[in-house]
Amino acid sequence: MLRGYVLTYLVFLYAPIVLLPIFAFNDSTVIAFPLTGFTTRWFEALPATPELVRSVRTSLSIAVSASILATLLGLCAARVNARYAFPGRAAVLGFVMLPLILPEILVAVSLLVVLLTLGVQLNALTVVLGHTLICMPFAIAILNGAFGNLDPAIEEAAIDLGCSRWQAFRMVTLPLIAPGIISSLLIGFTISLDEFIIAFFLTGSDPTLPVYLWAQLRFPARLPIVMALGTLLVALSVILLCGAEWVRRRGMRRSGRRDAGGFFA
Amino acid sequence: MKRPIVELRDIHKNFDGEQALDDLSLDIAEGEFFSLLGPSGCGKTTLLRTIAGFEQPERGTLTLDGKPMEGVQANRRPTNMVFQSYAIFPHLDVARNVGFGLRRSRLSASEKSNAVEEALQMVGLGGFGKRAAHALSGGQRQRVALARALILKPRVLLLDEPMSALDRKLRETMQDELRRLQRQVGITFILVTHDQEEALIMSDRIAVMFDGRIAQVAAPGELYLRPASRRVAQFIGMMSFLPARLRGREIEVDGFGRTDVSERQAPGGLKDGPAEVGIRPEMMSLLSEPPSQGQRAASGRVSEVTYYGDMSYYAVMLDGTDRTVTVSMKNLPGGVTAERGEAVTVSWDPGSLMIF
Repeated sequence: MLRGYVLTYLVFLYAPIVLLPIFAFNDSTVIAFPLTGFTTRWFEALPATPELVRSVRTSLSIAVSASILATLLGLCAARVNARYAFPGRAAVLGFVMLPLILPEILVAVSLLVVLLTLGVQLNALTVVLGHTLICMPFAIAILNGAFGNLDPAIEEAAIDLGCSRWQAFRMVTLPLIAPGIISSLLIGFTISLDEFIIAFFLTGSDPTLPVYLWAQLRFPARLPIVMALGTLLVALSVILLCGAEWVRRRGMRRSGRRDAGGFFA
Repeated sequence: MKRPIVELRDIHKNFDGEQALDDLSLDIAEGEFFSLLGPSGCGKTTLLRTIAGFEQPERGTLTLDGKPMEGVQANRRPTNMVFQSYAIFPHLDVARNVGFGLRRSRLSASEKSNAVEEALQMVGLGGFGKRAAHALSGGQRQRVALARALILKPRVLLLDEPMSALDRKLRETMQDELRRLQRQVGITFILVTHDQEEALIMSDRIAVMFDGRIAQVAAPGELYLRPASRRVAQFIGMMSFLPARLRGREIEVDGFGRTDVSERQAPGGLKDGPAEVGIRPEMMSLLSEPPSQGQRAASGRVSEVTYYGDMSYYAVMLDGTDRTVTVSMKNLPGGVTAERGEAVTVSWDPGSLMIF
């Protein structure tokens, strides 16, 4: 009974993703069974579509920028959280984590209203802004864990042995939280890359990849190309997430610390 | 006393409105093994961190090796610290941990690795350089922390409760080694501890601290025999207290009777009226036969016996009082023993009474 339930759940969850590569290699413009034959022409067509290539570039640069920004800000927040006690710390941290549970459409609409009121031109930068906002809670959660594992005396020991504050941070703290930083960068990158709602509202003349794909759904003939692209994206996401977790665990092992948190148990 | 290497004058420090150090003054001599002893929250760690430069006092001056330390950051002070958690850098191996403080020195690479190996040998970890930091045991971590701090040849080595994480046997070994090491290198050691036994074993001098103030600074023997106050007497070693009344040089002690006392037995001076008398367990003994002529003795009943192997401690409720005194006796073959509930005679030495 339970086994059947779990099986149904997994099929429901992953069947669409499994269908993606199947139709990406199917030799027909119609997305339906039965399959008609094997082809790689949809993949070959990818680089031959200039708007698509451009949207991939836009998405990549937005994802890189947003993940770096979110990680930098998360680094500051997590360090403050680990080192200083001040009144209202929990409340402030709660507010920073809010975008995690806030409906994304609300974040998107309110950001759009604010930006338009301020008279800001919508472009890739405004999307970076929005994506930084939604990536930050993840960055803080990951980096809080990294800082939480750290003995505060370690940085003092480095200062005691002649380091300035900055040297102590760079030579001792940074290497110890590096796995957390890499993990945060990779997860921020993944989130930003496939985010649609905020990108859709805040993008200017340069659509991101998900926004471009959505627009292409109106042309059934291009659907298999979308399938091919989707296949690549899923593969990339899986590789990145596994990479993030691998780096994090390796860091834990090397410093001999107890595993706490992380995305895959 | 030799030239003071650490001079503290009227040091004052608050934490969130709470007084951590209250106008504290102290001199520590060069080459001394000095302990800061007190219960948790007495300010001893704050004082150590002030000397290290991790805390800034609101008022007062600190002089290290003749130089005022105001505005001098922790990384520029002639002190090094062994932290309570040892704070070993987990991403570096043992050799890199120990050599951490040397990385900016002008020594060549081979001179540095020689210095590291020398420091490791000094703490009994020769050849451990390639070990990963997290593969070390508690005692080894402490040795690495010691080597890492001593390699810089500080004028003062600060030790923040370094034994508190070790089990008893290992702690005793490390206490011996630390004492030997201090004699060998001749550097001034300042040890923070809440363990009075540890302070007595290790130190040349001890400062007992309560509530951000220094209650007494003295050598271990003097601290034990001549505590400056009842609170110090109670904190160091074991002491029984009895109510008493003083008139002139004569004191009447509940359960013990009258006796003459001298000024040197009363750190607060002899003042007529109610007082309290303190006596150490080894200054009394259980008698097997009636007291001889001139021997002072009191009768009572044993209410508790605590067996320590070499010694036994007897809590004796004195007749005519509701007070007990604790008497220690060596467990020698054929020696005096008593059971719980047994009536006993306790002899006591009038000269050993302390009057508070």
